[in-house]
Amino acid sequence: MNLAQMTEHAGEWLRGIGPHSDIVISSRIRLARNLAGHLFVNRSNRRQRYDVLTRCRDEILSGRIADSIIWVDLGESSDMDRQLLVERHLISRQHARGGNEQLRGVAIGGEETFAIMVNEEDHLRIQVLRSGMQLAEAFDQANRIDDVLESRMDYAFNSRWGYLTACPTNVGTGIRVSVMLHLPALKLTGEIEKVRRAARDLHLAVRGLFGEGSEALGDLYQVSNQTTLGRAEQEFLADFQHTIVPQILSYEQQARQALLRQAPSQLDDKIWRAWAILTHARVLGTDEVLQYLSHLRLGVNLGRIDTVDIPKINELFLLTQPAHLQRLTGCEMDQSTRREARAALIRQRLGGG
Amino acid sequence: MKRKCDKCDRPATHHSVEIIKGQKIEKNLCDEHAAEEGLLVKAVHTPINELLSNFVKIHSGGGGGESKDLTCDNCGLTFAEFREQSLVGCPECYRAFEKGLAPLLERAHEGATHHVGKVPARAGSGEARQQKLMRLRKRLSDAVSAEDYEMAAALRDDIRRFEEKSS
Repeated sequence: MNLAQMTEHAGEWLRGIGPHSDIVISSRIRLARNLAGHLFVNRSNRRQRYDVLTRCRDEILSGRIADSIIWVDLGESSDMDRQLLVERHLISRQHARGGNEQLRGVAIGGEETFAIMVNEEDHLRIQVLRSGMQLAEAFDQANRIDDVLESRMDYAFNSRWGYLTACPTNVGTGIRVSVMLHLPALKLTGEIEKVRRAARDLHLAVRGLFGEGSEALGDLYQVSNQTTLGRAEQEFLADFQHTIVPQILSYEQQARQALLRQAPSQLDDKIWRAWAILTHARVLGTDEVLQYLSHLRLGVNLGRIDTVDIPKINELFLLTQPAHLQRLTGCEMDQSTRREARAALIRQRLGGG
Repeated sequence: MKRKCDKCDRPATHHSVEIIKGQKIEKNLCDEHAAEEGLLVKAVHTPINELLSNFVKIHSGGGGGESKDLTCDNCGLTFAEFREQSLVGCPECYRAFEKGLAPLLERAHEGATHHVGKVPARAGSGEARQQKLMRLRKRLSDAVSAEDYEMAAALRDDIRRFEEKSS
């Protein structure tokens, strides 16, 4: 597996399988870890960062974490490759930032089910991604990877504050649990505030598609924990499994039923209009594509349209992003050329006219 | 339009609308009266940056400013620098800044004061070891800066032996 082969398809976590995958797009666990006896990334010089980078890379690659792992040295990769990894949620925007002088890397494995960022805000950020509602499975894998790495390296840890992290908001378990949810009906019925309120009561954050500060494009929302200290990993997981996710699922399902009952024609109009535009438009921007794909996805899940399936829609969510689009067409393009190429790609994949 | 508190003349900072049995109940309250009503208990999670700037405010407002003079011996970060960037510089900062950090962490983590959950298998021999390693690495870094390569090579061997001893 390499970056070029990756581009053609969506990663495992976007396959549209797993429990509740009509609403829960993906589950993600992230563990923040630092090596004992080293300064944190923000305080260390080039040589120290280099030491951490090579040590972590060697231990990850020789630790037999997965059958195949690829190591990407971000200092040696192009802007476009880094952007590609951001679009696939394998690295953060922060990790992609900066030029080639950055001593950063990422290990990607298991059909893109995990990515370990080295020298992001913390020395190690272990992330596991799964399609649908599979937080328990994602946590198990993250925990196993963590066990392997901790048997080979000393982590910065103290008994009072737990795993020590560069930002004190991650200290303790260093865990971030998050789910990405597709909530088009709550958006259409103007009830998305219900989700925010429910999340707030549990001290959870609600964000858009690409995390911090991003808008909820394509009606995709990420819900994640904000506190990390004072409770065991399983307790954070339980909030999601037993409280917030079932609650949001029922809100969205109710909103979908309400739309079907009270405004079936308007609903069908949204769905078929999205289909018509996606299969015939000649110029399309990213944001509008995400919106139309969202309505189309809702239509398929409600059985109102069967001209396309969920995996194909999920794939288009990804392939129409700027870096993927340019990788697929094989050339760098300015924004207006990209809009034309995007429309062409969608017509081709959906069999439009 | 600035609303006034329902119960006094101060500006309202807490607004809520509840619908109970079809009745719309709107409340606009100042901090003090909101706390009285118990509305502050469910306070929204405050991002750390905001906590930090509030912290700065309290401490520059006179009295109790001891934390701001704290410095981490290991990495040289001062508490004031930490407040600006909201990142600490090394594991030792947690010890050096404990007095200033503890109240912040408690607020950022909804009152939690101690870690619960996973402990690394190797944590037992842990903290003294970590400090020793940190000291060795610091000496190594100093030796490299001073271009004392003989010393640096010796320290590197020490570090390797020390790491191997425990793994």
